[in-house]
Amino acid sequence: MSAVARLKPARRANRRAYGRLKSVAGFLVVVATTYLGLLAVTFFIGRVVPIDPVLAIVGDRAPAHVVERVRLEMGLDLPYYQQFWLYMKGVLSGDFGTSVLTTNPVMADIRRVFPATMELATVGTIIGALIGIPLGVLAAVKRGSFTDQVVRIIGLVGYSVPIFWLGLLALLVFYARLGWVSGPGRIDVVFEYTFTPVTGFFLLDAILNRDWAAFRDIVSHIILPASLLGYFSLAYISRMTRSFMLNELGQEYIVAARAKGLSETRIIWGHALRNAAVPLVTVIALSYAGLLEGSVLTETVFAWPGLGLYITNSLQNADMNAVLGGTIVIGSVFIAINLLSDVLYRMLDPRTRSR
Amino acid sequence: MSDAAMTRREWLLTDRPQSRLQARLGRAYVAWRRFTANRLAVIGLVIILGLVFLAIFAPLLAPHSPYIGDLAKARLLSPGPGHWLGTDDQGRDILSRLIYGSRLTLQVVLLVAVIAAPIGLLVGTVAGYAGGWVDAVLMRITDIFLAFPKLVLALAFVAALGPGIGNAIIAIAITSWPPYARIARAETLTVRNSDYIQAVQLMGASPWRIVLRHIMPLCISSLIVRVTLDMAGIILTAAGLGFLGLGAQPPLPEWGAMIASGRRFILDQWWVAAAPGVAILIVSLGFNLLGDGLRDALDPRGSGQ
Repeated sequence: MSAVARLKPARRANRRAYGRLKSVAGFLVVVATTYLGLLAVTFFIGRVVPIDPVLAIVGDRAPAHVVERVRLEMGLDLPYYQQFWLYMKGVLSGDFGTSVLTTNPVMADIRRVFPATMELATVGTIIGALIGIPLGVLAAVKRGSFTDQVVRIIGLVGYSVPIFWLGLLALLVFYARLGWVSGPGRIDVVFEYTFTPVTGFFLLDAILNRDWAAFRDIVSHIILPASLLGYFSLAYISRMTRSFMLNELGQEYIVAARAKGLSETRIIWGHALRNAAVPLVTVIALSYAGLLEGSVLTETVFAWPGLGLYITNSLQNADMNAVLGGTIVIGSVFIAINLLSDVLYRMLDPRTRSR
Repeated sequence: MSDAAMTRREWLLTDRPQSRLQARLGRAYVAWRRFTANRLAVIGLVIILGLVFLAIFAPLLAPHSPYIGDLAKARLLSPGPGHWLGTDDQGRDILSRLIYGSRLTLQVVLLVAVIAAPIGLLVGTVAGYAGGWVDAVLMRITDIFLAFPKLVLALAFVAALGPGIGNAIIAIAITSWPPYARIARAETLTVRNSDYIQAVQLMGASPWRIVLRHIMPLCISSLIVRVTLDMAGIILTAAGLGFLGLGAQPPLPEWGAMIASGRRFILDQWWVAAAPGVAILIVSLGFNLLGDGLRDALDPRGSGQ
């Protein structure tokens, strides 16, 4: 009897370790199949959908021998499953082919432009969270009031407005008419030779270089597109914050805190929001991924030299390799952020840990 | 008169409906009362009905031709009598173009819904009812499509298919069905083990018959809510594709493409780009309000959230 009792904890620990191993393995399978699906879809778009993929890459004015050479180079004479295998090998080793437009390898192009998009999306998410969370908390606390309605309308308009149109109007008002901010682009031409990017994140680079004139210029360039993206994510964040807060404020521990005589501020910001923060992390991560997507249109309007502008420019020039490369990168980041938010949720919420 | 109205109301709200029709009408009446209690939802409904009205009667309502303008005398006129929203760079009346554009918007929204919703419904109900490896495979595929950013995937599809409003509709539909599949599956899982399904099984109904006749109808209402809420997103994606020159091609008066062509004159003739944007905003706001209201009316569980 006592031997069994002694054995038990060890067996339980074993079982727990096995369960964890199983969940990690399941997780990896999910990642792998999702990524495989991503590759399959992009392969389908690039190779199967176009009537002639070679034409999509070299254009209709290429001489016949070039077309034939590219056809062989792409392996288009092979059956689809072999083509997919080659395609997968290429993409997994970071080879997306060559861009017709820039004549660089697509991967090199993407590495150059991607930090610009990340910087924009990051600043946008920060703005969205800093304004969206307090708005959501306010709406939940004053549920049904005029404030609640106003927050709801702000959110609904954010869901409904075409972001490229809002960007155009914002440029017109704040740049052309009022002159409060700088216009399209990331940085003024004046700084082109004095400013040396290190990380590719210009705000960070300016701080590292202690180049405060450049820093001010970069801020005045990024503030408008980032605010727009921020508004876009604010709509989502404030709505979800309200819903999480309503959920928390209905719990018994809030009644207990009130009974203890805690101040309402403490209860709302210290107790309820802290518990609502766990699912909020997921929401913010997802809205960050959404901004990567929103950046496609925003970058086009603001001539922001990021991945979105790269994709749309390539689209306009029928540069299929570049379009697919950009799609894969954005898709991969999307998948990564989704998984990351899942992991973060499990780490932050102790209730999900034991399972 | 008031007595008759009272009895009609009582007839609708009775606990013991005498016929199926009476029960259905009663349910609809309750949902309608709940819906109209929400003022914003009614505004949304009015906006959408207005859009449908504009689309149907466009030739009667539009004061000018949407395609032929007066290049000599009416280029880029500012808003005023004669041209209430001004004219564009080809002398075309912007208001007329917006009115005709409502047809394109409605076309996109309806076709995407008609293509995407049944796909999602079928995938979701089959996965939910069959379970096992069918469920696993179908849901994996759904998750893969969900993992994609919608606009970017639609962009890539249009890039491969070639620009045009038909291809834009296909691309948006391909990217829109996964959430419907998830919803349909969730609904299916809640009903698949219920008594009435077991009763139908005992009566010897085939799995297809059960899915098509006994499970799908129950998924419809939550699906309608979701589709309505998604319509704003569909309109925005279509407008985005049009703005990038990948959706409707000129001279079609598609609102996103109109913004793109007005972009060149934004500094001096801002109304050329501003007016279609307002139209998009109003219509997608209408769909969002309507969807919110429908959700609260049809699904009381989620109300207030």
